[in-house]
Amino acid sequence: MNIIYVDNNATTRVDPAVMEAMMPFYTVKYGNPSSMHAFGGNVAEDIRHAREQLAALINASPQEIIFTSCGTESDSTAIWATISSLPDKKHIITSRVEHPAVKNLYEHLAKKGYKITTVPVDRQGRLDLDYFHDHLTDDTALISIMWANNETGVIFPMDVISTAARERGIVLHTDAVQAIGKIPVDVQKNPVDLLSLSGHKIHAPKGVGALYVRKGTKFTPFLIGGHQENGRRGGTENVAAIVGLGKAAMLASENLGDTQAAVARLRDRLEQGLLSRVQNAMVNGDTDSRLPNTTSISFEYIEGESILLMMNEFGICASSGSACTSGSLEPSHVLRAMGIPYTAAHGSIRFSLSHYNTEEEMDFIIEHMPPIIDRLRQLSPFWRQGKPVETMLTGAECPI
Amino acid sequence: MWEYTEKVKDHFINPRNVGVIDDADGIGEVGSLACGDALKLTFKLGEDHKISDARFQTFGCASAIASSSALTEMIKGLTLEEAANVTNDDIAEFLGGLPKEKMHCSVMGRDALEKAIAHYQGQSIPKKEGEIVCECFGITDLEIKRAVQESHLKTVEDVTDYVKAGGGCGNCHERIGEIISEVLGEPVMAKPAPKVLTNVQKIRLIEETLDREIKPALNQDGGDIELVDFDHNTVFVRLRGTCSTCAASQVTLKSYVEAKLRELVAPDLVVSEVQQ
Repeated sequence: MNIIYVDNNATTRVDPAVMEAMMPFYTVKYGNPSSMHAFGGNVAEDIRHAREQLAALINASPQEIIFTSCGTESDSTAIWATISSLPDKKHIITSRVEHPAVKNLYEHLAKKGYKITTVPVDRQGRLDLDYFHDHLTDDTALISIMWANNETGVIFPMDVISTAARERGIVLHTDAVQAIGKIPVDVQKNPVDLLSLSGHKIHAPKGVGALYVRKGTKFTPFLIGGHQENGRRGGTENVAAIVGLGKAAMLASENLGDTQAAVARLRDRLEQGLLSRVQNAMVNGDTDSRLPNTTSISFEYIEGESILLMMNEFGICASSGSACTSGSLEPSHVLRAMGIPYTAAHGSIRFSLSHYNTEEEMDFIIEHMPPIIDRLRQLSPFWRQGKPVETMLTGAECPI
Repeated sequence: MWEYTEKVKDHFINPRNVGVIDDADGIGEVGSLACGDALKLTFKLGEDHKISDARFQTFGCASAIASSSALTEMIKGLTLEEAANVTNDDIAEFLGGLPKEKMHCSVMGRDALEKAIAHYQGQSIPKKEGEIVCECFGITDLEIKRAVQESHLKTVEDVTDYVKAGGGCGNCHERIGEIISEVLGEPVMAKPAPKVLTNVQKIRLIEETLDREIKPALNQDGGDIELVDFDHNTVFVRLRGTCSTCAASQVTLKSYVEAKLRELVAPDLVVSEVQQ
């Protein structure tokens, strides 16, 4: 069975050119960059090159890049570094729709005595900027708001957010894991202080990430150990993956224009195709400010895990914000924060594309999805003869 | 990705008995759209008082659909008394097991069946008895107790997997923990609380136990049992049918009938056979 992979916000295929760039570091150039001998020491040169490639992608200088093991490590490093260097400030402002890598750390800090303000979003997933501005205080240690949302693709106005942070002299961290490589991210135009990114979302391997730290930002290492990364992150470098991330960053810069525009056309073809063929389906999120590769579509009155498993029968790989897929019993916190009704939240499917997708694949999905939706609706007590029905269960309460 | 058995996948991809019986004898509806799973079960009784048809409609994940499909297959051909004995563990077992986190799907099947039988019998199951413990999913202490007893649950996580309680905000975890200790702290057979029964009460309870528990079991092998007398904690019974000629009848009498009566009525009963 052919695999149709439309789950690129979860992870991406490693680009063959990235793979090729990495291979020598597993086979012949396996030295440790910290070694005194040239065999190892020369590898430091390759890391330096990767650092330049990645810095170029976000318009930073190479000294401002710290390589890490993943996006989560970058987020944790940024947040712990900031609060440990500002021990007197006990307030953090974030959004209600952050990735668990950030969200769960703030829930942890709330228990440790930090006051955490979570900025709400509207029905389209747009940040409530008035609320944001109104809740900045002199006690605020950190603003931490994602650049783009992983579930809906909605892009937050980093220009407005960074301007406010600058005006008040508050440190600004952004989880840009989903934005990187899909839209232009420029840390000079939008002056953030700390920015997290991850390799495997941009066709580099899993197990490598990076943190941008603006020159002059107070910093305390998270992993204390050797002198690697200028003493800012101990641990022997994951050389091959770092080289892969550098290469992937270079390819991502090349692909930002036309290639991402083509991805957006594929996404729109898929979205329009599905919406025109399936009734009671809707897009979640602000379609005017959205990543080019992402669409979250809710199919009402059916449940996401069932949809995904039916899609799996056709080799179509996507993900869902439904409760059953998350391993928890509640639908995604993102859709709930947006106030998406339960009829729709449980049946949400996220399609996230990459430039490896084709028109034929989109047409295959457009052809095979409507019968899947029909079939599951025939099983649903909330659907009869082609339309939703009220039953005694429709209004039954579940006050989560 | 969940690890579903082949049987779960089969009942999900090819669900049996989908739909609604329009002139159903019993209808059971449980769950809600908001909670993420809901099941409508309908059945029809044949002239032999056995379930001749059962249909379902389910909104939910693959294991919820498979559990519903399995349930309809399991209850077809059963009398209502037999169907009433189907437990959520039976449903899970029929499917070759369910992931632990999905056991609540089988509980939903059992609940719908219970409601449908009650509907047929003209009773309505009181919507919520007991005190709400889990505000998020509206689960009461009685529902939690029942799950802990029936499925031998030991942790708060187990309770969440089986009845969802505690799967939302988590504020009730402490209370669920207390309920588990309450249940586990009780003696295992807590039904006949060690209170003193009058002779009349004992006789009633013996009759009930014979009718409900013992006779159906003996009937399966073509045997039967009759209460003759009761005196000073001795239960005089007469064995009938195949039991009266069965060489193993004394074993049955002591190891099954007496044990059951001691368990459910009083621990000091002695069973004695009255010859024909």
